[in-house]
Parts: sequence; structure tokens; C-alpha cells
Amino acid sequence: MPANRVLVGRVSALIATLLTVLIAHAAPPDPYPSTYAAPPSPAVLIQGATVLTGTGTRLEDTDILLKDGVIAAIGPHLSAPEGAILVDARGRTVSPGIIDIHSHLGVYPSPALSSLQDGNEATAPVTANVWAEHSIWPSDPGFQTALEGGVTSLEILPGSANLIGGRGVVLKNVAAITYQAMKFPGAPHGLKMACGENPKRVYGGHNQTPSTRMGNVAGYRAQWIEAKDYLRDWTDYETKVRAGGKDAQDARAPKRDLRLDTLAGALKGDIAIQMHCYRADEMATMIDMSKEFGFRIATFHHASEAYKIANRLAENGICAAMWADWWGFKMESYDGIQENIALVDAAPNGCAIVHSDSEEGIQRLNQEAAKAMARGRAMGLPITPERAMRWITLNPARALGIGERTGSIEIGKMADVVIWNRDPFSSYALAQQVYIDGVLQFDRAHPALTPRSDFLLGQPSTRGEMP
Amino acid sequence: MNRSLFCMAAAWISLSASAGTTLYQHAHVVSGTGLNMTDASVLIVDGRIRALGAQVAAPADATIVDLKGHWITPALFGGIGSMGVVDISNEHATNDGSLNLGAVRPEFDPALAFNSDSEPVEIARVEGVGFALLAPDAGAHMNGGNVIDGLADVVTLDGSAPRAPSALVVEMGHEGAALAGDNRAAAFLLLADAFEEARHPPRAGEPRRMTEAGRNTLLQVLAGRLPVLFKVDRASDIRAVLKFAAQQKIRAIVSGGAEAWRVSKDLASAHVPVVIDPFEALPADFDRLATSLENGARLERAGVTVAFSLRGSAPHEARKLRQGAGNAVAHGMSWDKAFAAVTQTPAAMFASTPALGSITVGEKAQLIVWSGDPLEVTSLVEAEWLDGMPRTLTTRQTALRDRYYGKLREGAAR
Repeated sequence: MPANRVLVGRVSALIATLLTVLIAHAAPPDPYPSTYAAPPSPAVLIQGATVLTGTGTRLEDTDILLKDGVIAAIGPHLSAPEGAILVDARGRTVSPGIIDIHSHLGVYPSPALSSLQDGNEATAPVTANVWAEHSIWPSDPGFQTALEGGVTSLEILPGSANLIGGRGVVLKNVAAITYQAMKFPGAPHGLKMACGENPKRVYGGHNQTPSTRMGNVAGYRAQWIEAKDYLRDWTDYETKVRAGGKDAQDARAPKRDLRLDTLAGALKGDIAIQMHCYRADEMATMIDMSKEFGFRIATFHHASEAYKIANRLAENGICAAMWADWWGFKMESYDGIQENIALVDAAPNGCAIVHSDSEEGIQRLNQEAAKAMARGRAMGLPITPERAMRWITLNPARALGIGERTGSIEIGKMADVVIWNRDPFSSYALAQQVYIDGVLQFDRAHPALTPRSDFLLGQPSTRGEMP
Repeated sequence: MNRSLFCMAAAWISLSASAGTTLYQHAHVVSGTGLNMTDASVLIVDGRIRALGAQVAAPADATIVDLKGHWITPALFGGIGSMGVVDISNEHATNDGSLNLGAVRPEFDPALAFNSDSEPVEIARVEGVGFALLAPDAGAHMNGGNVIDGLADVVTLDGSAPRAPSALVVEMGHEGAALAGDNRAAAFLLLADAFEEARHPPRAGEPRRMTEAGRNTLLQVLAGRLPVLFKVDRASDIRAVLKFAAQQKIRAIVSGGAEAWRVSKDLASAHVPVVIDPFEALPADFDRLATSLENGARLERAGVTVAFSLRGSAPHEARKLRQGAGNAVAHGMSWDKAFAAVTQTPAAMFASTPALGSITVGEKAQLIVWSGDPLEVTSLVEAEWLDGMPRTLTTRQTALRDRYYGKLREGAAR
């Protein structure tokens, strides 16, 4: 890892801005930019831990130095810089911060009041113009309980009512007044798409298209045709402007369109496509469609039947984000099996991710991964905890486009780290401390320091027993 | 898990259905009747538990299975919900979990809808679930049901039909309100009216809300033969339920109980048990603002009897309940009480059959062999006895697994 990566965390916001300018076509730089910056904090030396690095490696009796927001050193018996806080982690396990690639915290928050149901703009089958971040309620107490489960980064997605639901956003799991102060600096947007039952049920129920799976596919294809035209118009315009002279003077910018901005961004690879899709045959159709129009799918979400096409997914470089044991709640999840994650992982170059899509599951993704690991082992797959740890750290980080900056314990990466009270692949495991960019954001030993959402702050019922 | 052990156990099962005597040795046995012992034995003769403990002599004809420290426990409780009446939750034609009758029918019994062949039953069974409480859910049908959901039945996952009803189910709190003119206090009003009608049946020609069967069901409640499962979460609502139950002289069980810890002394002194979801941490609605992962631990400390159930009624997730019990231990509950909350506590609450929720000498074998502590997510079922019979562990899901693992090994999962 090059030494200059140490700078990455500190100047990430700047880099993000530069990147956005460089790749701009129609869309201007992010008009809702991240304002997140980790506050200064003393260096932390975690000592004597078992480390599951997130890259598939286990280190015993190892120290980790968190300094200036990044992982500054890893090794046995490191010396502490002056003023560093020492954390005795003997007998504990340290992992990268957990990353959930599929969450609706903030957009479907607790309490689930009708006035806070902001996750599905279910008024038209294509709403690529909407951004999930504009629905996020930062006071959702679910962010805090996810933090207590070790989650340091998460992607908030629109729901799956629509064929194309809108943009998702990657957050750092820090308490804040605004979502901008949670926004992961420089992380690409995601694009939420949905296969199968949900869009056709929602719109078919209103006697609108799509009401069938073939209607679904026709619906996406029409959008990509438009998006390709839009992208071509903008590319032509930008080529003329760059050429200078009379062409540049005569060139007229095409009219901007929020929906097509998003789709053009996805075609160009600037926005990661996160596609809700359960059935193997539908995933295969989506892969064909991605080739028809020349875009890349980052991840199939839910993917109950990913195990049936594990080789195909791996060959196409597509991750599958799955549950450990959800099945049968609808027909397209009927063939879900508990070995799904292990089988996707077992394909050569397979990319398995454990996701939650649940305010409960996100609190214990370590246990969800443990269940999948146990199922894989029971069928004879040699899955170690250090391997399974990738499913909830580096694999989702890569699928989100932030894998160079977080998701593993490597020198120069963001100091997003969890200290577990024991082997995390256990019902009894609890996160003891959670660091985000080197800042202690949760400490089970000091609950008063835990951020508490405005919503729960001072609620009479939470103070104790009823008088 | 230990594959050789698993294969051995599987091979043995196929032999033993007709064979008479099995001795498990060197097991960690939790009987559910007070025994929690490492390196213990369990002797099964002709499908019944003959002996268990540290010193059990091996009969001459016994098939001896060395469990090498693996665990034996009673088969687990699968929670309160739709076990056996749902195949696919979203497909209405396969789902008899909710109830939309409108009329006041306390005598409604979901047992006739129970289908022991439904796949969720088999999936729960091979994960160590032996029994569950099948309960109708009028709350799932706002404005169509009635605050009195109907009767709940203990169902066993051994292929037999449900036995006599175990409780009357009632909606309270905001879901009760939605079935009672949008006012939770009116749920008590409607319930009190119904009990009044049962006590004083209308004479011929007088208006009536219920059939005679319905009145008789409520009379069983008033006679103390059936408890009432009140679905209620908010602390103030739980207090109101306790007051109502005392006035009506009926046996109450609180189901949901998200804020039960806040009135734990009241619950303890009224001897009212509570069924909670051990995964709940968040204020999912205003009835549950004080939801806490320490609910179980706090209730235990106050001396309240606690059983576990997932709040969602889907039987597909029943296998997850033991993980929740483990999480309750992580948040302060004792292992013994958390394990009891998925075995003998719900069995004592709802079942009249002593074989459920415990391994009892003289009773038919209802037991699970686990690779380790059953509350641990990485422990798996290795063998299973229900209703005195060893059971296979193959399902439609293992068939799917085997088919596609084969393709994957050939690089053909495409």
C-alpha cells in the first residue's frame, strides 16, 4: 500500500470534488455535497488482538495503530505515539467496520409512521430522477442500533416498487443533523433497479404498465434507448465545445433532464447499478440487457437464486448481496436456501455479500454471515471466519465503489474498525468499540457517549420503569 | 460440524426406525426438566425415553452413538404465528394466517386449516423446531377483523393434527384500536361486552353478537380453562390489560410486550407471563418507544415468566428464534431462562402434553441432536426425534442445494 494513501482520508472531499468535475457530462458536480469530516481525535493503539482483516487474512496477537483518521500501522508490538490511547484487545477480535450495501434506514425509519414512509416514489415505474438521500431522516434511531452492531458505512437505497427507483447514497454511520454530514465523501451514487414481482404488482394493480415481467423488461429497455441518445447529444456538444472555434460558438447545450442524468451516469459507469432481482432466469436476462446497452451491473440484491448461476455471476464480475435465511415470503423467494451465500462464494472469483434490507438484520450482520458460514462448512466448503468476514466488509465496499478506501484493515485505509468482545461469528458476540475514521463512535463500556437520536432523546418512556 | 458424525447419525437413522434401543453417550444434555449436564447419556427404547443422566447402562441390544460432546435438547418452540397455514406469505391462496370475518367469533379455530405438508413446517422441523402456537391474526386485516381474533392451537411438527385449543387471542393497543372504532379504549369495551353476553346469554328475540359456541368459548375463559393472549406492547396498555384481567377474573398472557420491562413488577405480582421478540431493539411505533434488547433480562430479574416468539407471524422464520434467544443471553438474560423461553416455558404456557419442551423419562422422544449449543448461530441440527420417531433431515431446500452444488462443481451453475 503506497504511503501517500495516508492522505486519502483527509483530502477525500477535495478529491471527490475534482473527480466529479473531471467526469462531468450533463450533470454539474454534486450539488448536495458531503460535509462530513471526522473530528480530530487522538491516535489509538489497539493491542494484542486477533485481526480478521477483511481481505481473507487472520493475524494473531497483532497491534493496529489508528492515526489521523487512517490505519497507520499493523503489526506485533507497535510502539505508541505520544498521547496515543492504548486499548487492550487481548482475547478480542478486531474486524473492519461492517458495511451494509442494502439499507432503508432513514427512508423507512423507526417509528414506521405513515408520515415517514419516504422510500418508494411509487407514482411512476421509472423515477431515476429521485435521490434517496433527499428522503433520509437523520433522527432514525436505527442508525444508532446499526452502529452498536459494528456498521460503519451503509448504502441507503430507494425501495423496489419501481423498475428504476432512483439514486442510492453511501453514508458513514455517524450521528448528524443533516444527511450531508453523513455522506461518504466521494462515494459514487448507486442506481436502484428492480426485477420481478414488485414493479409489476404495484403498477399492474393500477392497470398500468408494467403488469408483467415482459412489461418490466420493455420498460427498462425504452429508458436505456433514451439515455443513450441523451448521452450522445451531450457527448457531441462537449466535443464541439472542446474543439473551440465556430463549432463551439454554435454549439447548444441539450436540455438537462434529471432522470436521464442518472441513467447516463450509469451508462458511463459513474453510478453503480444495484439491482433487486431474485430469480436466476431474470438475473440472466438483466445480464443480457446490460450487454445490449453497454452498462455494468455492480450487484444483484436479494438474489435468492444466485446459487443457480454462481458461475455466470462470477464470470461477469457481478456480486450477489443476499440474506442468510430469508425465503418464502413471496414466490420469487421460494427457492431461497441457506447455502446460497456459501455457494456464490465458492464459484471461482465469486463475490458474495451479506446484506440486511432490514433495521433488525443490520444490527447483527456478523451473525448473518456466521449462519451462512456454518451452512457452507456443513456441506464441506472450507470457509474460515477470515474468509466469511469479506462478505460484510471488503466485498460490499468494492461493490459500492469505496473498496480502495475502506472495507479492510490495511495500511492507509480509513480507520473504520470494530473491536468485538469475542469471535464475532456468534450469537453472543457484541461490538465493544466502533471507530469511524479513527474516532470512537461507540463504546459499550460507556453508553452515555453513544449518540442518541433526537427522536429518542428525553422520551419519557425510555427513562426507566413506569412510575 | 463433524461430517463423519453426521454421516454416521444419518446412516443410523435409516436402520433405527425399526430397531428398538438407542443409547446416546457423551452428550451435553439439557433436558428441560432441570438437567443440564455435560457428558451425559440418553437411552431411548421403542421411541420412549427410558433413562437419562451420567450413568446409564447400555442394554445388550442398544445401538450406541458417541456424541463426543455434541448437544441433546428438547425440540424447540417455533413461536406464535402461522405455522402450517402458509406456504408463500404474499400469495393469498396459500395463506390462511390472517382473519377478516368481521363478526365476533371467539370460537373460530384455525386448526382445520393446518397442513402438516406445507414446506415451512418441514423447514422449521429440520432446524430443530418441534412445536408452535398457531394463532389467527385479525390485526393483519385492519377494519375487517375483530378485536377477538379467535382460538390458538398448539401444533406439533411431527405430522399429527392439532389438539385442543390453548388460548383465546385478542388484539389490543393500536391494532386493537383499528378494529374498535379507532380507539384503543374501545377494544376493552367490545371485549367486556362480549364477556357480559357470555355471562348473561340473550333470551330469544333479544339482539346477540355471538353464537352459542362463541359464548361457550368465553365461558371457558371465564372458568379459567383458557388463558387470553393479549397482543399489547405499550406499558400503559399492559397495565390496563392487567386491570381488565383482574376485573374479569381471567388468566392473561401478554404477547408482544415491547415495553413489558417498564411494568415488570406489576406483571410479576399478577403472575402474568410475557411473550416477547428477543430481536427487538427499535421503537417501531409509538406503542413501542421504550423497546430494549434488555427486555428479557429485566423481566427475568423481576421474576416474570418469559417466552420468545418472533413478532412477524411467518413460519418461514421460526428457525431463527433460537438465534434470538442467544441474543437475549448476550444482553443479560441467563442461558437457562433464555433456553427455557424457547422450550419448556411456552410448552407450559400453551401445551397440555408433557413431552413437549422437555426430555422426560417415560415420554415419547422429542429431542434434537445439535453440533453444539443450540442458541449459537453456528450450531446445526444433526439428528432429530419427534413423537418417538427418528426423522430425516432432507427437504426440498436440501434437494435444491445438492442439485446446484453439483452443477457448481462442474463449473456449470450458469
